[in-house]
Amino acid sequence: MQPLLKVEDLVKRYVRKSLVGAREELLALDGVSFKILPGTTFAVVGESGSGKSTLAACLACLESPTSGNIWFEGIDIAKGGESVRRQVRPKIQLIFQDPASSLNPRWRVLDILIEPLILQRKFSHKEMNLGANSLLERVGLSPDIAARLPTELSGGQRQRLAIARALTLEPKLLILDEALSALDCSVQAQIANLLTELQSSLGMTYLFITHDLAMAAHLADEIAVMNRGRIVEQGPAEAILKQPKHDITRQLLAAVPRFTRAAPRALER
Amino acid sequence: MAPVLEIQDLHVSYQSREGVPYPALTGISFGLMPGEIMGVLGESGSGKSTLAGSLVRLLPPNGNITRGAVYFEGKDLLRAKPGELQQIRGARISLIFQEPSLALHPTMRAGEQVRQVLAAHGSPGRSALNDRIRQVFALVFPEDVDRISRSYPHQLSGGQRQRVLIAQAIACGPSVVIADEPTASLDSATQMEILGVFRTLRERLGLAMIFITHNPALLSGFADRVLVLYGGQVAECGPAEAVLSSPRHPYTKALFQSIPEASEKGRNSHKAKLPVILGDSGRPSLPTRGCPFEPRCTERMDICGEREPALTNLSASHTVYCFKYESGSI
Repeated sequence: MQPLLKVEDLVKRYVRKSLVGAREELLALDGVSFKILPGTTFAVVGESGSGKSTLAACLACLESPTSGNIWFEGIDIAKGGESVRRQVRPKIQLIFQDPASSLNPRWRVLDILIEPLILQRKFSHKEMNLGANSLLERVGLSPDIAARLPTELSGGQRQRLAIARALTLEPKLLILDEALSALDCSVQAQIANLLTELQSSLGMTYLFITHDLAMAAHLADEIAVMNRGRIVEQGPAEAILKQPKHDITRQLLAAVPRFTRAAPRALER
Repeated sequence: MAPVLEIQDLHVSYQSREGVPYPALTGISFGLMPGEIMGVLGESGSGKSTLAGSLVRLLPPNGNITRGAVYFEGKDLLRAKPGELQQIRGARISLIFQEPSLALHPTMRAGEQVRQVLAAHGSPGRSALNDRIRQVFALVFPEDVDRISRSYPHQLSGGQRQRVLIAQAIACGPSVVIADEPTASLDSATQMEILGVFRTLRERLGLAMIFITHNPALLSGFADRVLVLYGGQVAECGPAEAVLSSPRHPYTKALFQSIPEASEKGRNSHKAKLPVILGDSGRPSLPTRGCPFEPRCTERMDICGEREPALTNLSASHTVYCFKYESGSI
């Protein structure tokens, strides 16, 4: 099967010049390569500062990489110009950690949902409203909330709304940058289930960026562990968990606050 | 042994802009023993931050403590005069908040920020102050004490900033520290470090601590006791070991089951549906009568919607508020 996304030797260097002219270099991504097959989940795990979010920004065409290739459906978006990026952007959508700050607080839910469609200039008002309603249902929200403001929603509802907005343009790849981290445990489970459900019904592909190894293992087919801009270990989720090879992975595993249930699962699903 | 802090039947409500009172805490009671780490576990809307604020009367202007008492060293803090409270807050009982970058002054050196706390609670001489600052920093930082003390917050990492906040909190030698999600913005390795700092402080200074979090994983191996809050009420309270490994309240059970497990055995739940608690814990969905968890509970009975469950002792130290365990109530 052709990969949906293939990243080859991706480098992103930030250069900061101070007032006195001293150059300070930061290598945020240092030769990152991986590929993601369609319909699968690829998790990127690492501490803060490991380059996870820079990777997300490069893939979503928000940052231009210094060198390397990003092949998306056979098109190199790292080398392509603005016209290429414009074509690709709708197909790759980003969801951030804090939905409260990524949703315009003065816009109604409906306006938030149809904005991406308006920008595409392909749809009538009626089509857009219908689309918005079915999206709300798709992510488990009631269409009744269409007239509400994001501040009137709970954290879980806001993250569902962020997912609905990301789905508006029928993207192929969703980049989830710590999308569950700010949510309560019980809400995390609800959103994780929604993501799994969308993957099986729409064939979504996910890039799941997180520092939560347990959740990564639950959702991902493959896990890459990042440290200082490099992928230090990569493999099937099961293998990473069972036989971590790299020290960084072992450290990450050891650092996970371990929560083990002694009692068997009594609750019915 | 007498508790160092005793909370009795605490009721807090917030006034909406339209003047309608919203209850946030309805009848919280527990005691904190000297040197004990009490983990308070709750999701958003459970009232856990309201609890932190009301213990030292630091609530937003629309928050009112309507009933109850908080005894500290024989004095009811809820009825103490503002001057008396000033003496206690920050000195005898201190608070640590979630976001260290917001809680610190951006253009003031770390050492200076600790100095201000000390100066606000008495004015020893300059050299005594400096000694004390160095002492406090040495307690929370394993190395680089002088460099960090001279640094501005933006020159420090998230974990270091949180340690500066801890230094402020322990500067005056308090007997109780209340920490509201102190590790929520840190990554997991730094989280564990900060928990380590708290544990060391408890051992060396005998601090008692109320540690508020939404993450049960942080409490295992850290807290002595766990108090589970739901909808402004205590659901369950007991020794950490007992509550975390064999929770009794239906809410605690369901909450723990919704967390995926990462174990050496591999994954047993890959892409399977996680068991979830249906519905939302948000305020408007809470019932006005009966057990607050009743609408979302899978084990609910007729009585649950009629009145509030009373405290049931499962053992000498493990208590639960649920009709399932009340004998002779049905």
